[in-house]
Amino acid sequence: MTWIPEVASNLASKVDGVLLLITLLSLVFFILITVVLVYFAIKYRRKREDEETPYITGSEPLEIIWTVIPSILLIVLFVYGYVVFKDMRTPPKDSVEITVQGKQWLWTFDYYNGKKTINELYVQYNRPVRLVMEAPDVLHSFFVPAFRVKQDLVPGRYTQLWFTPTKIGTFDIFCAEYCGTGHSAMLGKVIVLSPEAYEIWEKGVKADEDAGVASLPPAELGAKIYKEKGCNACHSLDGSTLVGPSFKGIFGHTVELQDGSKVDVDENYIRESILEPQAQVVKGFAPVMPSFKGILSDEDVTALVAYIKTLK
Amino acid sequence: MANHTIAHDVYVPFLEKKGIWSWLLSTDHKRIGIMYLISISFFFLVAGVFALMLRYELLTPVSDFVQPHTYNVLFTLHGSIMVFFFIVPGLAASFGNFLIPLMIGAPDVAFPKLNLGSYWIYLLGTLIVLIALAKPADTGWTFYTPYSATTDTDVVLITLGVFVLGFSSILTGLNFIVTIHKMRAPGMTWHRLPLFIWASYATSVLQLLATPVVGITLLLLITERTLGVGFFDPAKGGDPVLFQNFFWFYSHPAVYIMIIPAMGVISEIIPVFARKPIFGYKAIAYSSLGIAFISFLVWAHHMFTSGISDIAATIFSFLTFLVAIPTAIKVFNWTATLYKGSIHLHSAMLYALAFVFLFTIGGLTGLFLGALAADIHLHDTYFVVAHMHYVMIGGTVMGFFGALHFWYPKWFGRMFNETVAKIAWLFIFIGFNVTFFPQFFLGVQGMPRRYATYPAEFESLMALSTYGSWILGAGIFIMTVNLIAGLINGEKAPQNPYGSLSLEWQVPSPPPLENFEEIPHVTDWSYGYGKKK
Repeated sequence: MTWIPEVASNLASKVDGVLLLITLLSLVFFILITVVLVYFAIKYRRKREDEETPYITGSEPLEIIWTVIPSILLIVLFVYGYVVFKDMRTPPKDSVEITVQGKQWLWTFDYYNGKKTINELYVQYNRPVRLVMEAPDVLHSFFVPAFRVKQDLVPGRYTQLWFTPTKIGTFDIFCAEYCGTGHSAMLGKVIVLSPEAYEIWEKGVKADEDAGVASLPPAELGAKIYKEKGCNACHSLDGSTLVGPSFKGIFGHTVELQDGSKVDVDENYIRESILEPQAQVVKGFAPVMPSFKGILSDEDVTALVAYIKTLK
Repeated sequence: MANHTIAHDVYVPFLEKKGIWSWLLSTDHKRIGIMYLISISFFFLVAGVFALMLRYELLTPVSDFVQPHTYNVLFTLHGSIMVFFFIVPGLAASFGNFLIPLMIGAPDVAFPKLNLGSYWIYLLGTLIVLIALAKPADTGWTFYTPYSATTDTDVVLITLGVFVLGFSSILTGLNFIVTIHKMRAPGMTWHRLPLFIWASYATSVLQLLATPVVGITLLLLITERTLGVGFFDPAKGGDPVLFQNFFWFYSHPAVYIMIIPAMGVISEIIPVFARKPIFGYKAIAYSSLGIAFISFLVWAHHMFTSGISDIAATIFSFLTFLVAIPTAIKVFNWTATLYKGSIHLHSAMLYALAFVFLFTIGGLTGLFLGALAADIHLHDTYFVVAHMHYVMIGGTVMGFFGALHFWYPKWFGRMFNETVAKIAWLFIFIGFNVTFFPQFFLGVQGMPRRYATYPAEFESLMALSTYGSWILGAGIFIMTVNLIAGLINGEKAPQNPYGSLSLEWQVPSPPPLENFEEIPHVTDWSYGYGKKK
């Protein structure tokens, strides 16, 4: 078990400094009070029913000492916490800007070059990133423990946070503001790439992240995409209705649309629902599904269709 | 059942008259205190069962016992019932009602009928929430917008119930303030008052001034849901964060409503069982007032990541550290009271000492959350859950259990089994720590709160926490059975089994209807233990 997630951003080690100081001071006072408490409770335990006790009511010098010393220590903690906070709130001018949307119950990322990803945030090692964030529905909060950053997404305004990744790898994103049924399923990943790998990703060529999955049979690939791209947040596999219709038994089924017309759920309907979700919305559901055009390749869509076919 | 300390009058214990209406229509503060005690204890157990259920779900990372929606309802009901039906009325409504007139030498509170009315209002509030359970809310006890304004669970009824309940709190606070000002016995100057009275006074001021704000806030939420007014809806010019500011303006002082009476209890128990005067009487008395005042100025430390400005965050962080100072002073003074004492580890004293130990942990972990940079990482994680339970259970509930065990002979005229009480205490102390200490580590590792399912890497600590909840539950069960058994066949209680100098112990156990045959004339404070040099 590790005490704390790895340090993967420039801010993380600074935050850990604050955490460490507070921990040390807390330990000192905790041990002091506990030892004295237990020592007194044992040493002065009642030995005879009629034993005498002294009439001691207080000590002004002690009151002053144990008011002034903690006050000074508390001010130190406040200042240290503030100084690091100020840094966390001051993004460098040359930060890469990425727009984040959090909505029930997935994350979308829009990059400066028109690219768009869902639930996976691609950033470059050692390059500062500023996230400009918004939420169209309810409160969410973007939290990356390994970076020690967190900021709520608030409907009606933009909020921001920044960091510089200092480790190459993959790090968890959690939603940290309760947002309904899918709150604990609103998971993502920050993918920190080396400058070379990032350049490849930026240009749109699928890099190492697809290695190993190219050989999966379509239905299995579909199952993987179903989880990783956030479909599971809105479409259940067991028949229960979430934000969107359940996938259970849906293939080959006939559904009724908002305008009363009926349509068969075949390969083309599924494909259209993924790429142009507002085109034919099933009656009784809100038109809130995001489009996956540009995010899922044709191969991905075919895999999803194959997967959905297997769900009886 | 004549009492040997009264020479010439017939002693009628206040519990004598029987029948349900002698209770529900009683304006006797002692009976009203018992009715509150029964109600809050009932809700404590109900909300505790919800907690056991949600911790049972959390044994494994996936949803097996309940589905996410049900889990979300469970933590909403656990929090709402615990906060509004147990801990806020808590010690104030139960022990405050019972003790305040007795401790100050008065026959009752200033407004006995209002007192009874306050209890009926409490009952009405609980009834409304009961109806709301048909489609229980899934918003969390904090009801944040926009989710609470848009979710299709029944938010209106539960918040209406809480709104009604708020009046019980406000009117009780008013009643106690007037009582303490106007009904002290002759000679009972402010500086001779027991510290529980100082604590009750500070708490009552908070109840009176802060509760209206949450009442109005919940009304605004109700109008948003029913009439579509957009206080918190950006599409209509409103702001979701406004709700948080309004909500926490009350809810931060509310946590001091929760803890200050418990601190008052500790200040009463320790001197009696150490046979020493309380160390630093004025420091403790005035620190209660200081904490109450500053508590109005720190609310946005719950909102550092909410989108408030950096300047606001900085000011609130500074003020939060400020409120830690009077709190720490109390801990030092309680500890110093033990010095050269003659300490008897009665179960009440065990709860008091557990309070000092556990509340210290709770208070120190609050520092992590008050520090800006640290809070960014820890906010909305299990670290906060652990901190809040250390202060609420390790603090308030330990104080509540301590008060139950200390004043039990006085209130009910019976003794309970002391050995079983100590065993229950041990289960509770161990169970509580096993449940909540691991949660500090979970929080630091990044485990968010209010998660129905969670990443597998957190499973071992989550499971440990659940096992702890079983030990804690067992301890509370043993304690409850023991205390009820004492009521049925415990031995009769003497007037003053622990040698306390406070006024409530100078009348029979249980007290007579009118409290004092003759209003006492007070000549000294109630902590005159020990030999003066």
